Amino acid sequence: MKAPAFAYVKPSTLDAVFELLERHGEGAKLLAGGQSLIPSLNMRLSAPELLIDITGLREYAGIHASVDSVRIGALTTHAEIERSAEIGKHLPLVARAVSHIAHPAIRNRGTLGGSLALADPAAEYPACAVALEATIVVSGRNGERRIKAEQFFKGLFETDLKPGEVVTAAEFPVAGRNDKSVFLELSRRRGDYAIIGLAAHNSRFVFFGAGTKPVLAGNAASKTSLQEARAALATDLDPPADLYNSSATKLHLAGVLLERAWNTLSTSH
Amino acid sequence: MEHALDITLTVNGTPVSRRVEARQHLVDFLREELGLTGSHVGCEHGVCGACTVRVDGEIVRGCLMLAVQANGCKVDTIEGLSDSKEVGELQRAFHERNSLQCGFCTPGMLMAARDLQLKNPAASREQIRAHLSGNYCRCTGYQAIVDAIEEVLHGKS
Repeated sequence: MKAPAFAYVKPSTLDAVFELLERHGEGAKLLAGGQSLIPSLNMRLSAPELLIDITGLREYAGIHASVDSVRIGALTTHAEIERSAEIGKHLPLVARAVSHIAHPAIRNRGTLGGSLALADPAAEYPACAVALEATIVVSGRNGERRIKAEQFFKGLFETDLKPGEVVTAAEFPVAGRNDKSVFLELSRRRGDYAIIGLAAHNSRFVFFGAGTKPVLAGNAASKTSLQEARAALATDLDPPADLYNSSATKLHLAGVLLERAWNTLSTSH
Repeated sequence: MEHALDITLTVNGTPVSRRVEARQHLVDFLREELGLTGSHVGCEHGVCGACTVRVDGEIVRGCLMLAVQANGCKVDTIEGLSDSKEVGELQRAFHERNSLQCGFCTPGMLMAARDLQLKNPAASREQIRAHLSGNYCRCTGYQAIVDAIEEVLHGKS
C-alpha cells in the first residue's frame, strides 16, 4: 500500500528537532533509517502528521572507542557497525549480532538509535545492550540523560524515552580479555525476525523474541549445571506464541540456545 | 509544514529536479515520475527486494526510502547498470543458466549480485546466498541464480 499523507522536515540541529517535537507533540515522528517506520507507514499502521528526518545530524553518527567503552552514535547504520574494526575488537557480541539484522540493503540504512528507540521485542541490539550493560544516552530540552539498558526497555515497543527526547548514542563497556560472549538466533529464513534469540555475555543470558522486552534469565544463570539451568529457564521465560510457534516450542528452543551457549562459554575460545 | 518538496538528485548519471510528495517512496518516484520501471514494486514493506536500487553506492530498498530523502543523492537503477554494461556479465550468466522465469525479481537480484561482486568478489556459495537473502524469487528455487553469480565471480562454467 501507499503511505498516508504527511509533512516532512529535515532539521540540521538537535535544538530544531526539540522545537519541532514540542510544537507537534504526538503528531510528529522521528525518521532515522526508516527501515521499520516506513514499512509501518506503507502498511498504514502509523499515520503521523509530520516526519522529522534526523539523518542530517551527522554528529550523532560514528563509533568512538575509549579505554573502557565504545560510544556508538544513534545514527550509525548497521552496515557501519558491521564493517567497524573497533566493534569487532571491543564488542564481539555486537559484531556477531549485526549480521542477523535483516539483509544488506536494509543494514545500509537502518540505525542503532532507531532500533533501540523502537524497542522491538525480537530485535538484536536491545538484547545485546542489556547483556553488555550498555548505557543509552538520550537528549531533550533539559539536557542529557543516561539510562542503563535494563531500565531503558520497559515493555512492548515501550522505552523510558519521555516526550520530546531523542536517543543520541549508546555506550557499551569494552569486552575484557577474559570475557566471553555468544550470540545465537533462530529464524525461519536468514534475516527474518527471530523466533527466539540469545545474547549471552559471561553469565548474563538475555533472550529476545521471548517476551515484551529483552529478558535476562537470572534464574538459569544462577545454576551450576546445564541441566538445572535448562529447567530453571521456565521460571525466567514465558515466551508469547507467534504465528508459527507455540509458547512451549519457543521455550524449548530457548533451552536449545541456552545449551549451545552454555557449552561454548564453558570451553575456552 | 510542507507536504511536497523540491528535490534535486542524480539518476543514472543525469541530474533530475522534481517536486515530490513527502509520502512518495523512491521506487514510485523512479517508476512514475521518471518512467524507470525496471525497479519493481513487490511487497512494498521491505521484504521482497524487487525494488533494490543503489543510493550513493550502497544498495537500498526503494520502497523503504522516501524520494525526498534522496535529495542530493546519486541514484543508480537497473536501467543505468544495464546501459553501462556494468551488469552485462551477470545478465549473460543469468540468461545462459535460466536464472529467471517470470523475471520479476531479476532487476533486484542483479543489483544485489553486483553489490556482492564489488564488495566481496571471492564470495563463497554460502556468502552469495547470504547476500541475496533479502531478494525473493518465487520461480527458480534460487539454485540457478546462485550458479550464475558463482560463475561470474569465480569464472566457473
